[in-house]
Amino acid sequence: MTGRYVVGRVADIPEGGRLLVEVGGREVGVFNIAGSFYGLINRCPHKGAQMCRGNVVAGLSSSGPGRFDYDESTALLMCPWHGWEFDIRTGRSYVDPRTRLRTYQVEVAGGDEVDGLPVAGRLPGPYVAETVEVGVEDDYVVVDLRRARKAAG
Amino acid sequence: MTTALLEGVTRDQVWPGAVIDCDVHANVPSLEALFPYMSKHWVAWCTERGWRGPVSGVNLAYPPGSDRSCRPQWRPADRPPASELGLLQQHVLDPWRVEKAILTCYYAVDSLRHPDWAAALARAVNDWLVAEWLDRDPRLAGTLVIPARDPASMIAEIERVGEHPGFVQVLLPVRHAALWGQRQFHPVFQAMAERGLVAGLHFGGVSTDAPSSTGYSSYYVEEYAAEWQAFTSQVTSLVSEGVFQACPRLRVSVLEGGFAWLPVWGWRMDKEWKGLRREVPWLDRRPMEIIREHLRFSVAPADLGTREQTAKVLEWFGSDDVLMFATDYPHGYDDDIVDLLAAAPPAMRQRIMADTARDWYRL
Repeated sequence: MTGRYVVGRVADIPEGGRLLVEVGGREVGVFNIAGSFYGLINRCPHKGAQMCRGNVVAGLSSSGPGRFDYDESTALLMCPWHGWEFDIRTGRSYVDPRTRLRTYQVEVAGGDEVDGLPVAGRLPGPYVAETVEVGVEDDYVVVDLRRARKAAG
Repeated sequence: MTTALLEGVTRDQVWPGAVIDCDVHANVPSLEALFPYMSKHWVAWCTERGWRGPVSGVNLAYPPGSDRSCRPQWRPADRPPASELGLLQQHVLDPWRVEKAILTCYYAVDSLRHPDWAAALARAVNDWLVAEWLDRDPRLAGTLVIPARDPASMIAEIERVGEHPGFVQVLLPVRHAALWGQRQFHPVFQAMAERGLVAGLHFGGVSTDAPSSTGYSSYYVEEYAAEWQAFTSQVTSLVSEGVFQACPRLRVSVLEGGFAWLPVWGWRMDKEWKGLRREVPWLDRRPMEIIREHLRFSVAPADLGTREQTAKVLEWFGSDDVLMFATDYPHGYDDDIVDLLAAAPPAMRQRIMADTARDWYRL
């Protein structure tokens, strides 16, 4: 067991898309945020919902009533059960900073590097059908369960 | 407050320390009593029509003969209750040896739809309060009334009298044509905050709609006992609309609105905020944190259970600095400040009786 899993091709997860996969007995959501891949375990630390099926939304803050600071550089995953917002890059909850998702290392490996790694079973999320396109790419997306991605902040 | 009478108990037995009463009332005895404080034009406006004053609005909130409106022991034979300073001194200020009392007059100015007349009446009530109450007893600090249907007129009245040193608060009737948190009122709150005036959200008022969200009730008991619903609606509005982000220095007192509902409200609001935050992104912290910073509550009427139950509710506030003593003179209730103090932790008692109100109103 290497802890590294090929979960799909890069082209399977376009920008803004996601893939729900099972790797090593864990469900993981893989998100393509502005060309970079991030993985989140599909279990909300609040009450255990399959949170990777939630909406991905931009950051939104305000300096006062009626003023909206819409921040597309931030990607938040909203848990479908209680609407809590988690930063996909860090796993940090926007509502309660003490609650944090476990994040997993996701990397893009060249086609010649993935031979011999197990390919994870796929659990397509609601948006995956749209993102699967027929294409020929050399690169694959690989989930690595050995290292929790170091969270920023 | 039953103990408000101090019958069969001495003031020092109830509480030996300082006392600040954050909610005592002045009643306008008659429309004529305000004539010296109105221009001739507005006096004629009243007399030409034979208008007797905004009775419907006042009677809606306080039926004149009800013991809730005036405790029998405080009801004078020949005058309306609480209609002159001597009565207040005799019934509360002297026997309680109050350090300060916050005086509020609800005269249903908000029941008038005539924008100029409402503004004139508000001016008359405020000038009457200054001349016949505030200037005559240094223990009093006043609440000014505003023509609550028109934000521009409200601001004009706050600008006119808000800097009189006797005024520390602006009366906001809890039942109102609109929710107080809405954007149109933010400049009004700004005008209060700039002058250090507390917004006093108070029982009463004339709503365009029924007091309940599902129509008119049949009995006064329903209306009276259910008024806290209007308070929660207004507090929810003030918080959700970002009034405290727009006016970071604003202080709001909830007067005659109860307080035991607050922790439960907070649980619900804090929970909803976590999931619905994006809709109101100016709420940068939990609603209960905003409440602890920006709101205080009078203790009359007190929603008291057993001592143990009440102690739990007080613990749920998460702060010793929430409640302010009030007799709510001349209104009558059966609850007892002694019971509340017995349920309160020792550190909270002095805050309830005087310290919180002294700090809050900068007395």
